[in-house]
Amino acid sequence: MESSKDNLRAPVSQKPHVIEKPKDTSGIGGMITVEINEKKITVPLGTTILEACNDNQIHIPTLCHHSDLCIAGVCRICVVEVEGMRTLQAACAFPITAPLKIKTSTPMVRKARRHILDLMLSEHYGECYSCFRNQNCELQALAKEYGVDEYTFGHVNTPRYEVDRSSASVIRDMNKCILCKRCVRTCIDLQEVGVLEAINRGHETHIGTFLDKPLADVICINCGQCINRCPTSALRANDPSDEIWAAIDDPTKHVVIQTAPSPRAGIGEEFGLEPGHSLTGEMNTALRRIGFDRVFDTNFTADLTIMEEGTELLNRLKKVIVDKDTTVKLPQFTSCSPGWVKFIEHFYPEYLDYLSTAKSPQQMFGAVIKTFYAQETGIDPKDIVSVALMPCSAKKFECNRPEMRDSGFKDVDYGLTTRELAKMIKEAGIYLPEMPKSHFDEPFGDASGAGLIFGATGGVMEAALRTVYELVTGREVPFTNLNIEPCRGFDGIKQASVLLENCKDEYSFLEGVEVKFIVAHGTANAKKVMELLRKGLLSDVHFVEIMACPGGCIGGGGQPIPTSEEIRKKRAEAIYAEDESLTLRKSHENPHVQYIYEKFLTEGPCSHKSHELLHTHYTKRGRFIA
Amino acid sequence: MDISINKSPRQGAVLFSPYLRGEGIQKALEIGRENILFEIRESKLKGRGGAGFPTATKWMLVAASVAKEKFIVCNADEGEPGTFKDRVLLLEYPELVFDGIVIAGYTIGAKEGIIYLRGEYEYMLQSLEDYLSKMREDNLLGNSILGQEGFDFDISIRLGSGAYVCGEETALIESLEGNRGEARNRPPYPVNTGYMNRPTVVNNVETLASVPHILLKGGEWFKKYGTDKSTGSKLFSVSGDCTRPGVYELPWGTKISELLEIVGGENAKAVQVGGASGSCIPRSQFDRTLAYEDAATGGSIIIFDKNRSMLKVLKNFMEFFVEESCGQCTPCRIGNVKLLEGIKDIERRNYTFSYINKLKDLGRTMQVASKCGLGQSSPNAFISILENFKEEIFNYNGFGGTNGK
Repeated sequence: MESSKDNLRAPVSQKPHVIEKPKDTSGIGGMITVEINEKKITVPLGTTILEACNDNQIHIPTLCHHSDLCIAGVCRICVVEVEGMRTLQAACAFPITAPLKIKTSTPMVRKARRHILDLMLSEHYGECYSCFRNQNCELQALAKEYGVDEYTFGHVNTPRYEVDRSSASVIRDMNKCILCKRCVRTCIDLQEVGVLEAINRGHETHIGTFLDKPLADVICINCGQCINRCPTSALRANDPSDEIWAAIDDPTKHVVIQTAPSPRAGIGEEFGLEPGHSLTGEMNTALRRIGFDRVFDTNFTADLTIMEEGTELLNRLKKVIVDKDTTVKLPQFTSCSPGWVKFIEHFYPEYLDYLSTAKSPQQMFGAVIKTFYAQETGIDPKDIVSVALMPCSAKKFECNRPEMRDSGFKDVDYGLTTRELAKMIKEAGIYLPEMPKSHFDEPFGDASGAGLIFGATGGVMEAALRTVYELVTGREVPFTNLNIEPCRGFDGIKQASVLLENCKDEYSFLEGVEVKFIVAHGTANAKKVMELLRKGLLSDVHFVEIMACPGGCIGGGGQPIPTSEEIRKKRAEAIYAEDESLTLRKSHENPHVQYIYEKFLTEGPCSHKSHELLHTHYTKRGRFIA
Repeated sequence: MDISINKSPRQGAVLFSPYLRGEGIQKALEIGRENILFEIRESKLKGRGGAGFPTATKWMLVAASVAKEKFIVCNADEGEPGTFKDRVLLLEYPELVFDGIVIAGYTIGAKEGIIYLRGEYEYMLQSLEDYLSKMREDNLLGNSILGQEGFDFDISIRLGSGAYVCGEETALIESLEGNRGEARNRPPYPVNTGYMNRPTVVNNVETLASVPHILLKGGEWFKKYGTDKSTGSKLFSVSGDCTRPGVYELPWGTKISELLEIVGGENAKAVQVGGASGSCIPRSQFDRTLAYEDAATGGSIIIFDKNRSMLKVLKNFMEFFVEESCGQCTPCRIGNVKLLEGIKDIERRNYTFSYINKLKDLGRTMQVASKCGLGQSSPNAFISILENFKEEIFNYNGFGGTNGK
């Protein structure tokens, strides 16, 4: 799966140019013994000094290095002494290919690190106590580690750059930037979007956008992956918590919050818990104590999404197979990830017809709250303030889209990230892990495990298959314990199929059809899939799930910092474990979903009314500017 | 074949000695790769850009690689302040440079040579292209060069865009690949993973220009000039306070005082050897020799007489580095700014010695912790000028210092 040359790829940031490691390290020359701090250590050829040290309890400070990204070697904080070399070497960037003698804590090394730190601090504007990354800042942690008690080389007293607040999702404050270029490598190499790159040189170097335009005016997809990897607070999400507090404090407002599946799997990290602790019940209680009038589960509309999107898929299949309608596009792509939606709008606008028209669960819930819920409870929708707790920075942009006002109001008023909610909970004097557990509120109640696993890459596909297969054949999906393993795991692109046999009469046209599906996460992988589509290689595929963020929503741009593949795996495990603990694990069996189709969307999925409220359309956007 | 002896009036033992176009290539094809490498190694030729890496070693590493594609890149970025000898070579002795590239290509097994030409030298692009066309006509480039079956080689010229850092070989390669000019992490070195991730030799113009002469007259002959560790002769770009500035070919090991006599710079109080990134040598050390092992230089010699303010000289250098740092690594990007601010503090007579000493210490960190040669050498001037001209600088405008120009 390689992308074609003619495809306008984002510019390449500096690649690691790493020496290839031997495939079989047991052969002669596969392993090599080095001396680190006079201790003999044997490592595979090509291991970096940093990796060798990490594996042997030798701590090396890092700033520009990140396990998800290619090597940069620019901050120089990780320098070490290598015998025989005139200069110090960056441990993160130095592959071991010879029996070296390395020293990681000599006077020269310590002095150099301190100097480098002092230089960064001299340019880092602002004070720690007025910074949202206070106590979760890698620069601050290093200053503590090195006992910095004064600004040796001075400190900036006035900001050099204007803070870019143009984007609904991401705020950029270059005054805090230490030019580690993690955001550049995230945007160009990890996500292949290519919005951020270094501009100018020398002291004028800063991270900028195309023509230095505001972020809202360029092709940023709002995925927020740059935020998750920024070591300081140069990048952060656009925080609506002040407005939410104001709404909570306003007695005339009825403030409801829907909570997506991923925040509950990640929020514990903000309270010092190890990754992988789900705090669903605790969070419900905390939200009520903060003052939210109702706490709903976004999984309800995830289940609803499955009904709508699954029905849409069956409709498309029928039109293609039975009606021989050539205008209908297959494969159908999921549309739950607003980062992915904006990505395809910018980069592949000619393929928008392949996207499911179903809104994302957040926006479906928004529309349902200000219509059905308002009607059921008799509350005037203009008095309802609808908040969405999301693992995502792009959701902030999504709820501000002009087309997301089908209830007659702004369907969702505020998108709140996991990090921002954690801050609100702390501000309210609550220690989340010790809260008693409680359930979600009626009339939407607790949702299915199928909705829950939306949080991990492959989850939407798995949930959809559980429902579509059963709708078509009347039987459960043929996987042990409903766990559709081919959908799971962190491979960039997963591909599998399910054979439809002994279909119900109304779906006899699907008899013997092998439903092929693809799951991809991270827009770099999305790009690969789209290039396959462009080359016509996806003609036998029926359904494609794409999530903009690596790992899916659990790795979203609003999730706790730091992030790494290990952390994302633990969050995913927490979600899958919770799904398995539930009795209700199929979207179509969710009684509240059945209720809304009985009471409100009486014509069923993909009907006129559901199209009005639960479906949307997309916008073609520019390739270079928004 | 149009054979012309160059008409340049310049005089010198090696580079400025007579040479017939194509002669070196002819000889190279006669003696074969092993003997070329032997002669180059025998000559102990070292890189003329300033770093002084043994040319034979570089060539052997790439020649020994089994990669299908290899490249020879001629570094004609000549950005070091005060150096203009590559310009002379390219304008007046293109036959030496181009023949050197062809020989290098033949030896390492490259099919393509690239000249990375300094952006400001765009004016010579046409004449160089014309020269290349002539070489193609005469089968000194192209397929089966001079009838040697299987030796296909051509040279292309690429223009830089004026960034000093692109003279650093890995930044140059990034720039050639169309990326932002920033130094790469080393290792891997260009001889393993260079242009387009292929083994690549990057040589200075002067290094390549020395090769044809070495092949024709032998490594032994080349070694007759210079010192033990610095063999052969060197082009010096001499500028500043002297009566006869220009490009001179002198053997390595020439004393600074001897050079000053030749160029009419006897009144110098200081000589900047090696350009802005070199070091500043005061009159008391004029008996030092120009050589890799003593006062090393890529060729830049800037002479200052007693009317110059060394603080202004230093400020000028530091302003240059603040502007020309590529900005990727911390020590160089911010360190140079701090050094420059320190100089401005001295200028304003608003400084403490303890802070100036801290800055010198910072300079020493920059020398070892910066990512590439730019940041590693930019504090040289700061450290050497403050060290060697203490009295003048710290009595600046005070007790008998100069007003400077």
